[in-house]
Amino acid sequence: MIKTTNLTKSFRNGDIDTHVLKGINFEARKGEFLAIMGRSGAGKSTFLYQLSLLDDPTDGEILIEGEKAHTMTAAEKSRIRLHKFGYVFQDYALLPELSALENVALPLLMQGRTIAQAYTESQKSLERLGLGHRLKNLPSQLSGGEQQRVSIARAVAHNPKVLFVDEPTANLDNESSKVVMQAFKDLHKNEGQTIIMVTHEEEFAKEAERIIRIDNGRIVS
Amino acid sequence: MFSPLNIRIGFFLALRQLRRASPWTTGLTIFIMVLTFLNLVVVSGILVGLIQGSINAWRVEFTSDVLIGTLDDKKYIENSPNLLALLRTLPEVLAVTPRFSEGATLEANYKTRKVTDKPNTVGTQIMGISPADEDAVTGLAGSVSEGAYLSPNDYDQILLGSYLLKQYVPIDDPNFPSLNDVGVGTKIRITVAGVTREVVVKGLLTSKVDAINRNAFMVDSQYRSMIGRTDGNVDQFAVKLKEGVDPILVREALKRSGVDQYAKVQTYADAQPKFLKDIIATFNMLGNAFSSLGLIVASITVFIVVFINAITRRKYIGILKGIGIHGSAIEISYVFQSMFYAVIGSAIGLVLVYALLVPAITAHPIDFPFSDGILVAPLGETLFRVGLLVFATVIAGYIPAWMIIRKNTLDSILGRN
Repeated sequence: MIKTTNLTKSFRNGDIDTHVLKGINFEARKGEFLAIMGRSGAGKSTFLYQLSLLDDPTDGEILIEGEKAHTMTAAEKSRIRLHKFGYVFQDYALLPELSALENVALPLLMQGRTIAQAYTESQKSLERLGLGHRLKNLPSQLSGGEQQRVSIARAVAHNPKVLFVDEPTANLDNESSKVVMQAFKDLHKNEGQTIIMVTHEEEFAKEAERIIRIDNGRIVS
Repeated sequence: MFSPLNIRIGFFLALRQLRRASPWTTGLTIFIMVLTFLNLVVVSGILVGLIQGSINAWRVEFTSDVLIGTLDDKKYIENSPNLLALLRTLPEVLAVTPRFSEGATLEANYKTRKVTDKPNTVGTQIMGISPADEDAVTGLAGSVSEGAYLSPNDYDQILLGSYLLKQYVPIDDPNFPSLNDVGVGTKIRITVAGVTREVVVKGLLTSKVDAINRNAFMVDSQYRSMIGRTDGNVDQFAVKLKEGVDPILVREALKRSGVDQYAKVQTYADAQPKFLKDIIATFNMLGNAFSSLGLIVASITVFIVVFINAITRRKYIGILKGIGIHGSAIEISYVFQSMFYAVIGSAIGLVLVYALLVPAITAHPIDFPFSDGILVAPLGETLFRVGLLVFATVIAGYIPAWMIIRKNTLDSILGRN
């Protein structure tokens, strides 16, 4: 489903080049639940951003369902992010002035659905994550765990091909973390959702089918 | 960029951002827009209204709608009785006042001065009028500030413009001679066309129109005998038209009748003093300059408001782009917000101007020395300025949004520079 060949990413700061990814070859299959682990600064989040087309690699190839992502225009990448991908960020990344329902509905509206269709699908998505009673609440009126579940509902409402998850439990207490992880497990188990998750917590990484470890810009296991 | 989908999403985002924005920020921005609108409309409106008040006064109190005067090379309007008869048959004409007008000298201290004293004289125009006709056309009786208005049978009585008297002259300048110790009931001596006569001041006239403040008025029958005009020819006709009649149409009709062969036919606008026309042009220019400055200030204000809004929301803008929301939709959301500020600000401004300021200033004009200043705000021009304000605001809102939105998506999400 997603394949990278010799993927590299460098950052230039003045005259100094920092090589964060040093030629990563990787493949994620459809329906897989993958965890990417590594110590801080190993390059796991940078790798996720390249895979999810939020950033452009310095070199190498990314194939998404056979399409060459590295040759796509910004608009084409935006279209893929909208239609094929879903994102869950560490800090929830909800828009503060939109209610839970509106946050989830926004990408659906951008896909061209009517307000009524978008709201119906968003409501289903939120109910599936146990937030049917929080539809009208603004993010500031929700707990951290609830906000992260709204974020998951937004990411999966349009049935994306791949769900990219970046440290989803980093800002949550233990109990909320377990609820959020259970949501990912359910999505994977019940709907065959492909999930690529960056985490530094062994406990939650073990929930994935496969764990990839990155160190010093390379996959080490 | 402006696809229906982007517009729909832009509107969706803008509506919610506005609805849930801080009421103080929204209120302050709208308040600035209202002030800008008032600056655009009221400042130039007052400047123009200052002169418009003067023009209105000239029209209402002196020239009326159409003014017929002597040709430049003639002493009076020949054939005046026939012209008067013609004017009175025109269906558009409401009233006409014929006027005699001659240069005259007024003298105050002729009884008390010694041979070596300088005579206290002032040169002016004395108008010979029919009191009833003049009042019907220009409401001259309303300008009497002291004493009484003329009656048809008044003998040796005169009305003086207040600027002919020292106590009312606004400036102390040898170029503006005036009479000392003269008031209502005082006898003065007038000399016109070589004839000298003693007359009593019956009343004083005070107006914002110089032609009234600086001239003197007598009953026409007496004045005619003084200047030896026995043929019924006069120097001027002021013609008041019925409500809604265009003076230009009447001027043209009179010209077609051949009146311009023996008289100068002018509308009130043609007869305006040139300095008024020059001042109008200058004030219009000044008004436009002030308006332009106001527009620039408004644009910068909106630019700053939207820039700060967009830069503090840069992370969210990045997230929106990250989850696939088109950059144009986000830009449009800021355009809608800017439009909202400008439209609401202008709407409040329109209500303030047309429901409050225009009626209030019309009822209580601003008392300038040479006019009763009003607020001139023609709806067409005002709406043009509203359009200008909205356009400038939209551009000022779009540019900062565009600057922030074009930044790298991931850098925005992570807050990197």
